[in-house]
Amino acid sequence: MGRYVARRLLQMIPVFIGSTFLIFSMMFALPGDPVKALFGEQHIDPVQVAQIKQNLGLDQPFMVQYWDYLTGLFQGDFGTQIASQRPVADVIADAFPVTVRLALFSFVFLVAVGIPLGVIAGLRPNTVTDRTLLFVALLLVSVPSFVLGYFAQYVFAFQLGWTEPNVQDSTNYGQLLLPAIVLAALSLAYVTRLTRTSVAENLRADYVRTAIAKGLPRHRVIGVHLVRNSMIPVVTFLGVEIGTLMAGAVVTEGVFNVQGVGRTVFQALIRREGSTVVGIVTLLVLVYLAASLIVDLLYAVLDPRIRYA
Amino acid sequence: MTILDKTADVPGPHGPGDANTPLLEVRDLHVEFHTRDGVAKAVNGVNYSVKPGETLAVLGESGSGKSVSAQAVMGIIDMPPGKIPKGEILFKGQDMLKMSPEERRRIRGAKIAMIFQDALSALNPVLSVGYQLGEMFRVHQGLSRKEAKAKSIELMDRVRIPAAKQRVNDYPHQFSGGMRQRIMIAMALALEPDLIIADEPTTALDVTVQAQVMDLLAELQREYNMGLILITHDLGVVADVADKIAVMYAGRIVETAPVHELYARPAHPYTRGLLDSIPRLDQKGQELYAIKGLPPNLTRIPSGCAFNPRCPKADDICRTDLPVLHQVTEQGGGEIAGRGSACHFWKETIHG
Amino acid sequence: MPEALTVKDATPPDTAAPGEPKPEKARSLWSDAWYDLRRNPLFVISAALIVFLVAMAVAPGLFTDVANPSSGDPANRYLQTPHFAHVFQADWLGYDVQGRSIWARMVYGTRTSLTVAICVTLLVTLFGSLVGMLAGYFGGWVDALLSRLTDVFFAIPFLLGAMVILTTFPNRSVWVVVLALAFLGWTQIARVSRGAVMTVKQSDYVTAAKALGASTTRILLKHIVPNAAAPVIVVASIALGGYIAAEATLSFLGIGISAPTISWGVDVSTAKDQLRIAPHTLLMPSILVSLCVLAFLMFGDAVRNALDPKMR
Repeated sequence: MGRYVARRLLQMIPVFIGSTFLIFSMMFALPGDPVKALFGEQHIDPVQVAQIKQNLGLDQPFMVQYWDYLTGLFQGDFGTQIASQRPVADVIADAFPVTVRLALFSFVFLVAVGIPLGVIAGLRPNTVTDRTLLFVALLLVSVPSFVLGYFAQYVFAFQLGWTEPNVQDSTNYGQLLLPAIVLAALSLAYVTRLTRTSVAENLRADYVRTAIAKGLPRHRVIGVHLVRNSMIPVVTFLGVEIGTLMAGAVVTEGVFNVQGVGRTVFQALIRREGSTVVGIVTLLVLVYLAASLIVDLLYAVLDPRIRYA
Repeated sequence: MTILDKTADVPGPHGPGDANTPLLEVRDLHVEFHTRDGVAKAVNGVNYSVKPGETLAVLGESGSGKSVSAQAVMGIIDMPPGKIPKGEILFKGQDMLKMSPEERRRIRGAKIAMIFQDALSALNPVLSVGYQLGEMFRVHQGLSRKEAKAKSIELMDRVRIPAAKQRVNDYPHQFSGGMRQRIMIAMALALEPDLIIADEPTTALDVTVQAQVMDLLAELQREYNMGLILITHDLGVVADVADKIAVMYAGRIVETAPVHELYARPAHPYTRGLLDSIPRLDQKGQELYAIKGLPPNLTRIPSGCAFNPRCPKADDICRTDLPVLHQVTEQGGGEIAGRGSACHFWKETIHG
Repeated sequence: MPEALTVKDATPPDTAAPGEPKPEKARSLWSDAWYDLRRNPLFVISAALIVFLVAMAVAPGLFTDVANPSSGDPANRYLQTPHFAHVFQADWLGYDVQGRSIWARMVYGTRTSLTVAICVTLLVTLFGSLVGMLAGYFGGWVDALLSRLTDVFFAIPFLLGAMVILTTFPNRSVWVVVLALAFLGWTQIARVSRGAVMTVKQSDYVTAAKALGASTTRILLKHIVPNAAAPVIVVASIALGGYIAAEATLSFLGIGISAPTISWGVDVSTAKDQLRIAPHTLLMPSILVSLCVLAFLMFGDAVRNALDPKMR
């Protein structure tokens, strides 16, 4: 197990470097000049611009910039925002907890609702219940999250007045509920469908038949034998979804005006704040890589047949 | 010509301990599956009975209904698509088909247990064998986890799994095929049931291991005086352990006989074909006999005798009239106990 | 004794009853799937919807008589609510904040949406399955290299990555959006096709072909590709729905296709400021986006179910 973890971590290094390099070069190719953008309509003093660029290391060749960035990253230095002169690390530290809270809230909702619905459908494959649930899930997947967001806002905030249209206080879970559900909707549908498929497939498995032949009560056949085995693929999916939820917050946070990573990265993109964008995307890549490692290890716990060498 | 009474051994008002009372009696059992290609009639009027300590072998090809009828006895057929439109399954005189699901559940595992063919897929891959064995005691007898584990080790010892104590927490995939099948047997034996149904218990095993497992099963059966229904397609397995045999074809019993009678003098062309297709040392070098054709599609079973398209003796009557299970007699007319043949030409087959 | 057909007796598969194989015709996976699909109402509905949408994209003039959907109505009917009885007419679904016919803009936006989604899907399928096939078939260092490359692209959040690329272009045409989405989107197909190829590679007929001395090209084209195609097709048709949603989302965020090209996402974005006073301006294009995505998802779903006998 220890060796496996070590090997996986080693494999992650090139992926991590590759991904950050990719995102860094995508940012570097940006034609907009962030320093010029700083001056806006004012007269630009080329000497001053060159000075600022030199201070920020923007006059260096691309590879040198990337190397500086990467080495800085390992020392916890994400760079500095050009307009505000704030360290990017501070900006991220402000926004990250908000998105983490939103994503985790969403995740809890996903697990608490998606899995039971999937089990309910999977236990009765091809019945009206199953087909209805599958169709609703399909419907939910089809609606882009910005559409769902505005729809939810219109109905629950404007028409029914149950909640605020915008999130003012990101620590208030009542206000976060609506964005969390909207954020979860897409993944929820996938989790439901995946659980349903897995349960329906395992329902025919020989060991389930054995469990019934042993005279176990229905709740035990389902709870101990069927659902536990069916959860293995679902757990894999859920792990990867944590990253997806955080990245998906770009849209949801925009709709509900949540001051999280999504809004921050969006504003940074518009203002051409390269280091902020790269910093946030890098963190999201890290979250994704960590989650996929955890999922792999969890896999071994859930399925004893898997042995890591 | 007498027709064998389908309820030859009527359950009397005796207790279950009486050796002559059938433990299990299946009467006119029908099972069908409703599929999108039509209704597959898997079992079409099967009768058989098992007494305590007795071994009944049910012989047949895939799709002959041998496994389905056993699953109907266990009550583990998926309904739908399965359906039991007709029949009775009497366990100690009580029709299980009329029982509540809860009553049936209490019988399953505790009174009637089943051994499945492929232990690797029949055991839950993600739970330890100790847990799966212990579950029997915990559910049916309400034992604690710890007590159940001790019992599991005892059971594993009983089926002669070496180092049971160390292996109780291992998972099914960590055992060899033979050991896994022993675990299946242990699970079936756990609560000392009255009847065990073994569905091709040795098919998935190596030949050398087959004999060991079969011997173990026979030994334990004698020890506990259990009834055993052995479902198989292997005539070799049957000869050593069975008391009587029922040969099934297309959902019907086509021949019943005490085991040695059947080998010596088959009374149905299908049984004869099966016996002739066994390779024999004294016929080395000759072409091996094979029954021509394939078993019928269960959604379209041929009219008359289902075997007629493949039967060397088939005549016009075989294509129109369904043969009943005739009582087989000696040439002189003397009844042979327990023998029946569902063939219009049984006399020619056995005596000809 | 012959075990003619091994059948799990408790649940006989619906396709062939236990017993002899069907005498009348040999059903292939594809013909069986087609038989299934024609009887699946979800497939019929989704196929009809797709035909309808494609027709709108090809010949928008057939569905609306508004010649220029980008210019406001001379009568200045700002935010007028729908007249549902006036099917296909300019005022059918009302007017937006600039007095433009919402229906006409929806019709003309179809071409944008479908062009992006279909082009991205084609590019992604070609490139992704090529990478997946090479990795899956050759294994070893080829696989290691290509798999890591796939991981690198997969680790970048799709929408966010596309946003980063697109902000570099001040004027974003349909093709820029297509390339940005395809650049990041191929990984899923690569993974699926790698898995499918690896499964097929181990099958007996491939071993047999190798034993008979077939060339690598022949094995790849005659055996691997046709047999590994099913899962790729399914994933591609579901992904197509996803690209429609992605394009709309990017346009909605203001970093998708630039005006004057008509895009549903842009219209939704414009309409969001009038959400309280004129929800129909937002609702109508939103419904069409969702319907369009739904059509392709249902289509992919139906095909998947038909091709996967296990799920019957």
